[in-house]
Amino acid sequence: MQPLLQIQRIRKTFPGVIALDEVSFDVAPGEIHTLLGENGAGKSTLMNVLTGLYRPDSGGMMFAGQPVNFSSPRGSLACGIGMVHQHFMLVPAHTVFENILMALTDLPRLFNLDRLKERIRKVLEEFGLEIDLDEPVWKLSIGAQQWIELIKLLMRDCRLLILDEPTAVLTPQEAERLFLFLQQLKSQGKSIIFISHKMREVMEISDRVTILKKGRAVTTLQRGDFDENLLASLMIGDDRIPVWDKVSAATDNLVLEIKGLAVRNDRGLADLDNFNLDLRQGEILGIAGIAGNGQKALAEVLTGLRDASAGRISACGVDITNSSARSSYIAGIAHIPEDRKSIGIAPDMTVDDNLIMKSFKRPAFRRWMFQDRKAIVANAREKIDRFAIKAGPVGTPIRLLSGGNIQKVIIARELSEKPAVLVALYPTRGLDIGSAEYVHKVMVDGCRNGMSSLLISEDLDELLKLSDRIAVMFRGRLIGYVDPANTSREEIGLMMAGEARK
Amino acid sequence: MIFAIEKRGAPSKTFAFTATVLSVLVALAVAGLLLLAAGVNPLAAYRDIVVESLGSLYGLSETLVKTTPLLFTGLAVSLAFRMQIWNIGAEGQLYMGACGASYIALFSGIENHLLMITTMFLAAALFGGCWGGVAGFLRARLRVNEVIVTLLMNYIAILWVDYLIYGPWRDPKGFNFPLTAQFSEAARLSEYFDTRLHSGFFLGLLLALLLYVFMERTIWGYEIKVIGSNPAAARYAGMKTGAAIFLVMFLSGAIAGIAGFSEVAGLQNRLQHGISPGYGYTAIIIAWLAKRSAIGVVIVSFLMGVLLVGGDSLQLIWQLPVAFVYAFQGLILFFLLGSDFFVRYRVRFRRKAA
Repeated sequence: MQPLLQIQRIRKTFPGVIALDEVSFDVAPGEIHTLLGENGAGKSTLMNVLTGLYRPDSGGMMFAGQPVNFSSPRGSLACGIGMVHQHFMLVPAHTVFENILMALTDLPRLFNLDRLKERIRKVLEEFGLEIDLDEPVWKLSIGAQQWIELIKLLMRDCRLLILDEPTAVLTPQEAERLFLFLQQLKSQGKSIIFISHKMREVMEISDRVTILKKGRAVTTLQRGDFDENLLASLMIGDDRIPVWDKVSAATDNLVLEIKGLAVRNDRGLADLDNFNLDLRQGEILGIAGIAGNGQKALAEVLTGLRDASAGRISACGVDITNSSARSSYIAGIAHIPEDRKSIGIAPDMTVDDNLIMKSFKRPAFRRWMFQDRKAIVANAREKIDRFAIKAGPVGTPIRLLSGGNIQKVIIARELSEKPAVLVALYPTRGLDIGSAEYVHKVMVDGCRNGMSSLLISEDLDELLKLSDRIAVMFRGRLIGYVDPANTSREEIGLMMAGEARK
Repeated sequence: MIFAIEKRGAPSKTFAFTATVLSVLVALAVAGLLLLAAGVNPLAAYRDIVVESLGSLYGLSETLVKTTPLLFTGLAVSLAFRMQIWNIGAEGQLYMGACGASYIALFSGIENHLLMITTMFLAAALFGGCWGGVAGFLRARLRVNEVIVTLLMNYIAILWVDYLIYGPWRDPKGFNFPLTAQFSEAARLSEYFDTRLHSGFFLGLLLALLLYVFMERTIWGYEIKVIGSNPAAARYAGMKTGAAIFLVMFLSGAIAGIAGFSEVAGLQNRLQHGISPGYGYTAIIIAWLAKRSAIGVVIVSFLMGVLLVGGDSLQLIWQLPVAFVYAFQGLILFFLLGSDFFVRYRVRFRRKAA
């Protein structure tokens, strides 16, 4: 059968980096084709070329038998290629309805709002989604925002859907639902390019897998020809995954005690409600829960970005809820934020400058009021080496780095401070296996040195592997704790859905 | 035929430089057509601009005199730009600074030159700083848009100075002209080479150097850059963004206020109507063209000084109307800003896709 999409020998360079080196692959109609590769392997760049965000230096594309050359996403959308980006392309200040409306091309000059809303609601119902169309997008959780992106593509008739790490922000249940839905689309003859790091998902859903490594397409494998081990070794190549055993370093000293905490959002609703938690020195406390059940609020109240409306937070017996002692305490908390690009970095500044964002006032980086450039550069060299950050030539603004490398910069910065407490939201989201392992190792090492970690994640594998205890959140409350050694994915899944433990 | 505008990845320095030079040449060519239409040989006119503004001690000194206030206000605006704060109010801050300096000069009775000048300087910085600080405070505390506040406060400042010179501060021996009495010798900046060039210019250069060091080398400059690049990240890193916004607006206003001090103490030796023909507004263009760099501000202010003095000489020598001078300056700026766009973006023309 003639392929729907053929990509032929695409090459794309950025200053100092070859992002894509003669990459070719194709997608058949009704196929789910997975692109697999580490951070910076070129997956996102390839998709940006395909959708017309970037222009290739050389090479060409055929879509439905026609040579195509897109100069903007509008062109690729008009051909029926739609993409859900890792960083969503939504207008935060507009409502859900307005954002979806933006995607519709067949709008008449004058349109009937109610009928359009009905049309969108029908799609929502079909997939069992509960989203208030009149809510501004910025108030929604990241998981909900992704559904809006998907709905946008459903509302126009895309023949090829590109999903860039779609499950990174979803719960296991949501991911299952997404997969069912993708299979449904596939049976309708639509083609899907699926980008992911999670082997289990890749195994479950892919018809074919193409592996990218350092900007080259290594190979393409048919379903049945691959298994998890083969894919992992092809993707990582010779890079060894560090192997380590987790030894619990947890003690009985309480470093953080949260009692009856409530945090209200700007709608006046409780993001956290009568929330209780305690964290012991040296332990990794996993927080499981579906996105939007208060995890973000918890991280923000602990790191001083939001205020509590009721309840008590005490650190080593001292009340720090809203007192002035809080700010100095917060200085000792490291925070890996959920939304890296919007609050984690100063995008126009260099990697060097971003690495000292929290420590620029330290004596090590200054002499009186002057910055010690040598020390800053030396610090950056060391971090770039140690965390294997692909930082490009000296002076490159951080916004030009890939998502995974940006995350590495943030983690390098936060963990180098030897914090007493680490609050990590989805710290390995979007990271390749090697980097994720490294982050895990750094966290475990930190705990051995007395750091306590609050690991907020949706990746159950990660939680089960790292945590000493797992706390499950639902609708802003603590449902209960489980012991990772004596639990099952099903048990946690049920608790995440709000069923208290028997 | 359709065209698309694309962002360039990372424009090279040579490319940016060539584009700038080219745009000035194109501007000169277009202005040359205007000159031809007015019956003037463009090459002769351009030679006169250069000769008049740079070719003699007098011309050069006049150019530097015009450069001085542009330097201060340009630095003021570019400092705020670094934090993505748009200070449109350098003009008003200049007037308030002039008002503060004049108050000391007229009413303090200090006789020591150094003490007098220092006090005037500080008063100007304080007046200008408070004027800018209001916008900073409103922005930091109540999220009031600083563009509106600084712009509207210009009119208040200009009219306030007018009130003073038409009213309480008017020189009783001044034949009813709207100006204050002349400052005493102690309140005048020294002049050089028998020209109007005064030490305000050197103060401006020093300030440019200080600001450069401040922005590029100090921890405060770093903080300002982080806040400018991403305020949310700055808050997340524990920076006090509100205080920083207020302080930067205060400092920006203070620097613009010093422009007022330099004008009244160095040049006019009294407070009078229209002490600035819009230096504070030209400063916005200067800060933009200088790409927010302190050293860039020095260069661009000087070029603006050449344009101002050269424009005057066109009026004198060729009897061209003042409107022509404005048109000429406008063309140069238009093409410079245009080249800036082409350095950042490229335009591709192509046949409409079949």
